[in-house]
Amino acid sequence: MAKQAQHELTESPAQLEQFYREMLYIRRFEEKCNVAYRQGLVGGYMHVYIGMEATAVGWNDAIKVGYDYVITAYRDHAQPLIMGSDPVKVMAEIMGRKDGYSQGKGGSMHIYDVENGFFGGWGIVGGHTPLGAGLAFAAKYRKEDRVALCFLGDGASNAGVFFETLNMAALWDLPVIFIIENNEFAMGTRLEYHAADTELYKRGEPFGIKCERVDGMDVLQVRKDAQRIVDWVRENQKPYVVEIMNYRFAGHGAADNDRQLYRTKEEEEENEKRDPIARLEKILEERNVMNREKMEAIDEEISEKVEEIYEAAVASPHPDPSEVYDHVYCDMEPEKGH
Amino acid sequence: MAAVLTEMSYRDAIRRAIVEELDRDKDVFVMGEDIGRYQGTFRVTEGLFKKYNEEQGEWRIIDTPIVEPGFTGIAIGAAMAGLRPIVEMMTMSFSILALDQIINHAAKIHYMTGGQVKVPLVVRGPGGAAKQLSAQHSHSMEGWYAHCPGLVVLAPATARDAYGLLKASIRNDNPVVFTENPGLYTTKGEIPDDPDFTLPFGKANILKEGKDISLIGYSRMTMLNLEVAERLAEDGIDAEVVDVVSLLPLDTETIFNSVRKTHRAVVVYEDWKHGGFGGEIASRIGEECFDDLDAPVVRVGGLNVPMPYSRVLELECMPKVDDVLASIYKLLK
Ligand SMILES: Cc1ncc(C[n+]2csc(CCOP(=O)(O)OP(=O)(O)O)c2C)c(N)n1
Ligand SMILES: [Mg+2]
Repeated sequence: MAKQAQHELTESPAQLEQFYREMLYIRRFEEKCNVAYRQGLVGGYMHVYIGMEATAVGWNDAIKVGYDYVITAYRDHAQPLIMGSDPVKVMAEIMGRKDGYSQGKGGSMHIYDVENGFFGGWGIVGGHTPLGAGLAFAAKYRKEDRVALCFLGDGASNAGVFFETLNMAALWDLPVIFIIENNEFAMGTRLEYHAADTELYKRGEPFGIKCERVDGMDVLQVRKDAQRIVDWVRENQKPYVVEIMNYRFAGHGAADNDRQLYRTKEEEEENEKRDPIARLEKILEERNVMNREKMEAIDEEISEKVEEIYEAAVASPHPDPSEVYDHVYCDMEPEKGH
Repeated sequence: MAAVLTEMSYRDAIRRAIVEELDRDKDVFVMGEDIGRYQGTFRVTEGLFKKYNEEQGEWRIIDTPIVEPGFTGIAIGAAMAGLRPIVEMMTMSFSILALDQIINHAAKIHYMTGGQVKVPLVVRGPGGAAKQLSAQHSHSMEGWYAHCPGLVVLAPATARDAYGLLKASIRNDNPVVFTENPGLYTTKGEIPDDPDFTLPFGKANILKEGKDISLIGYSRMTMLNLEVAERLAEDGIDAEVVDVVSLLPLDTETIFNSVRKTHRAVVVYEDWKHGGFGGEIASRIGEECFDDLDAPVVRVGGLNVPMPYSRVLELECMPKVDDVLASIYKLLK
């Protein structure tokens, strides 16, 4: 398992509060998405980030947002929220509305906010990993010192194209960090049933890529590891593989309504003790950074904000049917009609 | 001022287009298997590694491992960040491995991002049968790609079109699949001496005017159709040769106008006849020109078998002049 953290608090109270706010913001936002899904306001597949918040928050704090590149799979609501994207546009996209980032043509699995360096939002498991390396390739080609964070799942870490990509990332010294989010499941298939070697960080070894396993449930530790690794990659212009141990509390997607098919209630309860938000709350309280009342006040404030985001997204119109042709091509009209 | 013309091969025209665009724009680079030090399986990229990487000390001509999905994906990612990759497929048959990256990713990105991300990518390479490369190296992939919105699919038959369209493809912000029939590489044509010469997508050409029948094809089959037209002329039949050039977008207007004039159409394509792109052209003519037609639209396509190795069998698979003539005489009867 990942090393247990021994914290000296190096973060300022303001920073600690920021991490707390960001994680809570993701959690409340995702809970609201679940509500919207049950209300029929969201269709298709939707995958929330509940339980995994510390990973996105810790890594986001370690990069230069808007300069560095970030790319992930379909579990993609969290990153844009904390990268400064317009949350109404995120939720509107999840609801398929006109004010969404892709005007309703992407949906939950395909959120992009390129201005902030967020490149989505991809639905083919493993398929986005060469794209992440390609972003890093562009940085290297132009002799810029941007790094690319490419998040992927434990399930995606088996994909052939990921191994191809690791080889080229090492061969060409691409400044890309592959962050394998090991939440122990690929949909309903437990890690031991899908990976011959369950130490996924070792995916980097055959290519001589520096790699390690880290904890993903303690945001302070995540941030420290992330900063160290991002700095190393920026400095050394080489790839890195990180396996970050986290857990999703929710089902695989909103359509997964029988988690007992692949894990027990006891196991879930055991893992809920690792809740990254509760863990930070404990630290904040023990170190006298914040008392419970303050936390509750923050929660209330965030919940209200999420409510407003939800209202604004619901108020956004559906796209006009004529928009179906928009953006098939750049500067070119596709053929029209059935 | 009329540009001076230089005669050169289809292969050299493609290379000239690549070199001019590499010189014009630092964001352009070439990536593929054995395209650098080895200079390309069909020698399209001859001399490029020496010029850019060795002499200029740049990283523009990039030899890749043999991993079509991986390097195509990296090229797409680089294109998303604003670079302009030219990916060479050693043969278009191998692009089958990269279908996920080309169809699931490149073709969808501008749409899925609501226009936030462009993919100025060119995927090019030899497509169709070369000589005795047998079943796994001889696919005509253009029809597969032309099925997919979001892509531009080009299959030029002449050196001039290859030159002008490849330059346009490199400068264009959409993902382009550009297929070069290996049988065309040594054919000659005249190229304008103008580094800014480009041609528009979605424009078919009438290579020979005629009034009796329209011979419609693309890539190497256009050359075949020109031969067929000569043979028909001997019998006093005046055929019009329509070179489709661009499968997606498709210039239906030029095709329909030709059929409205000649009242007869034969569509010739090297790909398997069943479900191939020629069927798309034929059905469009049927839908739009029914009243103009004096006879059913006929397709002449590749035999519906995997490409065999034996030269005798291989030649049997591809449409030949006599196959097209036979179908025409049947039509005219
Ligand atoms: C190529 C492909 N095959 C199957 C699927 C269906 N699918 C979607 S997510 C998923 C599980 C992926 O698990 P993991 O990579 O661990 O990511 P997580 O959902 O845990 O974040 C599967 C099988 C898909 N989207 N793409
Ligand atoms: Mg997983």
